[in-house]
Amino acid sequence: MNFLIGAFKPACNISITFSDGKSRKQVPMKKENGKTIMVSLFQSKESIAGKVSIEPLQGKKIEHLGVKVELLGQIEMYFDRGNFYDFTSLVRELDVPGDIYERKTYPFEFSTVEMPYETYNGANLRLRYVLKVTVSRNYGGSIVEYQDFIVRNYSPPPSINNSIKMEVGIEDCLHIEFEYNKSKYHLKDVIIGKIYFLLVRIKIKNMDLEIRRRESTGSGANTHVETETLAKFELMDGAPVRGESIPIRLFLSPYELTPTYRNINNKFSVKYYLNLVLVDEEDRRYFKQQEIAIYRQQDS
Amino acid sequence: MLLIGAEDEEKWLAEGIAGIQHNAFYLHRALDSNNLRDALKYSAQMLSELRTSKLSPQKYYELYMRAFDELRILEMFFKDESKHGVSVVDLYELVQHAGNILPRLYLLCTVGSVYIKSKEAPAKELLQDLVEMCHGVQHPIRGLFLRSYLAQISRDKLLDIGSDYEGDAETVMDAVEFILENFTEMNKLWVRMQLEGPGRVREKREKERSALQELVGKNLHVLSQIEGVDLEIYKETVLPRVLEQVVNCKDDLSQYYLMDCIIQVFPDEYHLQTLEMLLAAFPQVQPTVDIKTVLSRLMDRLSKYAASSADVLTEFLQVEAFTKLSNAIEKVIEMQVDMPAVGAITLYVSLLTFTLRVHPDRLDYVDQVLGACVKKLSSIPKLEDRWATKQLVALLSAPLEKYNDTVTALTLSNYPRVMDHLDNGTNKVMAMVIIESIMKNNTCISTADKVEVLFELIKGLIKDLDGATDELDEEDFKDEQNSVAKLIHMLYNNEPEEMLKIICIVWKHTMAGGPKRLPFTVPSLVFSALRLVRQMQGQEGDIVGEEVPATPKKIFQLLSQMIEALSAVPSPELALRLYLQCAKAANGCDLEYVAYEFFTQVFVLYEEEIANSKAQVTAIHLIIGALQRMNVFNVENRDTLTHKTTGYSARLLKKPDQCRAVYACSHLFWVDGQDGIRDGERVLLCLKRALRIANAAQQMASIARDSSGPLTLFVEILNKYLYYFEKGNKQITAAVIQHLIELINTEMQSDSATSDAFLASTLRYIQFQKQRGGVMGAKFESIKL
Repeated sequence: MNFLIGAFKPACNISITFSDGKSRKQVPMKKENGKTIMVSLFQSKESIAGKVSIEPLQGKKIEHLGVKVELLGQIEMYFDRGNFYDFTSLVRELDVPGDIYERKTYPFEFSTVEMPYETYNGANLRLRYVLKVTVSRNYGGSIVEYQDFIVRNYSPPPSINNSIKMEVGIEDCLHIEFEYNKSKYHLKDVIIGKIYFLLVRIKIKNMDLEIRRRESTGSGANTHVETETLAKFELMDGAPVRGESIPIRLFLSPYELTPTYRNINNKFSVKYYLNLVLVDEEDRRYFKQQEIAIYRQQDS
Repeated sequence: MLLIGAEDEEKWLAEGIAGIQHNAFYLHRALDSNNLRDALKYSAQMLSELRTSKLSPQKYYELYMRAFDELRILEMFFKDESKHGVSVVDLYELVQHAGNILPRLYLLCTVGSVYIKSKEAPAKELLQDLVEMCHGVQHPIRGLFLRSYLAQISRDKLLDIGSDYEGDAETVMDAVEFILENFTEMNKLWVRMQLEGPGRVREKREKERSALQELVGKNLHVLSQIEGVDLEIYKETVLPRVLEQVVNCKDDLSQYYLMDCIIQVFPDEYHLQTLEMLLAAFPQVQPTVDIKTVLSRLMDRLSKYAASSADVLTEFLQVEAFTKLSNAIEKVIEMQVDMPAVGAITLYVSLLTFTLRVHPDRLDYVDQVLGACVKKLSSIPKLEDRWATKQLVALLSAPLEKYNDTVTALTLSNYPRVMDHLDNGTNKVMAMVIIESIMKNNTCISTADKVEVLFELIKGLIKDLDGATDELDEEDFKDEQNSVAKLIHMLYNNEPEEMLKIICIVWKHTMAGGPKRLPFTVPSLVFSALRLVRQMQGQEGDIVGEEVPATPKKIFQLLSQMIEALSAVPSPELALRLYLQCAKAANGCDLEYVAYEFFTQVFVLYEEEIANSKAQVTAIHLIIGALQRMNVFNVENRDTLTHKTTGYSARLLKKPDQCRAVYACSHLFWVDGQDGIRDGERVLLCLKRALRIANAAQQMASIARDSSGPLTLFVEILNKYLYYFEKGNKQITAAVIQHLIELINTEMQSDSATSDAFLASTLRYIQFQKQRGGVMGAKFESIKL
């Protein structure tokens, strides 16, 4: 069946390599088919340079109307499939129309590219960065090759990072005071805190701290909100009494979190919440949700 | 929850164990292949079995032990970094990723112990962290076991920390702080078990809680094992903190157990030095706590400690142990208004035991204890509670046992006051104990004052107490009275004057005892008085003082009163015997008219009170015996008395009795010794009269029933003849004897009676005397057989 495959094979092999590909950090990326591949990691204002090599199949020539490489930043809404919003689009013409007989390599460079948004793979959308090489042809359609890469942007530690402290309760039933040491956490951070029971008149069975991600897409009437619970961390087992103080220590590193994204390109937001849940013996849930900001801190 | 069957529980336990085994299998595989990730995963799953709420503490313990064994293996794995390649610091974080708290904390503790051992971080911080994180488990049983695991796994490290680093007080304190913190939390959880779930069977829960008490107590045990915990640390930190927890938890089971635990695990020396602090906690515990047992144990331990060496005794004095204990007890009793009397008394018993062991020389302490007890008792009416009474008896017996000398007890002013609070029956028992103690130790009570006190103590035996209407057991009563009689003999003083006082006092008391008791007590008293008389008789020369209060005369007056009281009981036979004894004594004192008076009383009694013929026979013989020995009478008086006696003898009811009494009377006319009486004629008269009576008796017998009973009487008379013959009574001649023997022989033949052994031996005797030769042989020679 080799010939059959050969028939549908593109007329040439296009490969895109980054010039610092060997030294650059590779991070895993999940593809649509569920497979995870390792791709290069960039951050905003880095120069993206590399080579595109086009190698026609044995004994074939390629007639083309030009070769170009594009750097695209795209937001793709799943509910609106096929609709890409390119928030970044840079083009480099690599070749003027002509024929390619043998392997040909084109260097390219996008210098200090503004990539303000991070690669993101959400429930209802994804934000991706991709290098797209197009060999335009008259007939047989253009030959296109993509190379994904990932962008992560680091933030400096916030100058103001207050703790979250709050007293909540149901009158004459349950009064608690909780405290999280910060309102802004980086991805490998630890949430330290405590819950202080001021009044307990219900039989509490256990208490969990949940990390919830709220992804909202669209705007106005078309807003889609998707909330996921990424972590369910048991803080307390059993019924506390008045005056008891329960410690919180939650390491964020095991969870697949992203930084908080606010109104990315007017298309979506991703926010994180800490949800403190108390469950009583009749399985009634009492909870209090608090937003926390998450940011990416440069690994030291 | 309430209706959990034992079967269901077994099933759940089996399921739990199966779950642990299943995961342990994969855990072992992961460990064998050095797979940390899987090891953590399966150990967390395994530990999830401990999240069950369905098991009772005992069953949960079984499950816990299974998991515990597996965790030891895991700990070994964690220790060996070469196997998993992760530093202990990272490991410490890694295990905290587990989502469920219980497995997470078990793993954290396990890694934590490795971490401490590695010394890569200050032990203090780690310990604090662990003990703090464990707050997350608020479920009492699960929390207790988790913290118990923490205590267990950190124990050897703590002992290292607390003991290895010599002189580094700070590290010791770290260890102490940690244990105290863990202890406090465990106790809180333990106390909370009591409140779990509404309306569950209280008893069952308490049973369950008791099963867990050792988990809590273990912490104190570890504390006591840390070498670095010296007296100062104990005094400044350990004890105050533990006591604070004990007092604040307001739970009786916990308070009882922990107080006891403190007392048992820490050295006696510490207790002694911190006595005040320790004791201050007692009044603060819940009223329902069985403080008395705990306090008693404390005192018991301390008194044993005191006994261990002489050196420590000075420490006891230094810290004023007694005063402190005494005050503490007072406070406890004051605070715990509802404490039953038995509780208070038990406390006093313990304190008393303590005092007796530690300060045997301080009688004032003993009295003080008794006084305090009286104070407490006076607020309640007579004791009805059997246990309280028992304790009170113990309280009263303790000094008796200790001092081996009842006199000591008599000097305790509060002793009788305590006895007043006993019910009548117990009062008697106690009185018996006192008497027994006196008898056992052969204690002589030698002053009138002491006797007065003693009789006050045993008044339950001496007289009927108010309201004592209970049925008396005859045997018991006899026993009691016999004891009192014995006791009277123990009251003795060499000084006649004092002795008389004693006798007077005893008489005063016994007189109040009523007719039932007199027959038992009077004889003792009489003999006691007679002894005094004889004693004075021995030292007659000394008592020539002007106003001698104790003269035999006086005593005889007293005696006569006593016996008179007895005859009024009535107990004439006894009175008669005592009169005779007195008469004898008076005889010894050369008091003729006194003796005569006594005899008069005897005859009055005989005539008026002794109606029973058998009693009369006995009485007559007694009178004869006594009278025979009297030598104080002048001829006239003696004649009167002997005449009276022979008269009574001849008027006895039965012929044989008459006969015997009459021949016995013969002795009244024949008394050996110097200035003895040798009235041979009247002897013979008596014997002849006896013979006549015997004859009459024999005739009556043969008429009545054709037999020859009274032959013995003849033989008896023959013996009397022989006696006087030997004594040299001129009136008794061989011919008279010969005549009598023949008479007997004729009677024998006519009667065809079987050979009489008595007669045979009598005849053999005569034969023997004949053959003996000498003066006696010659005398007997003339008697022909």
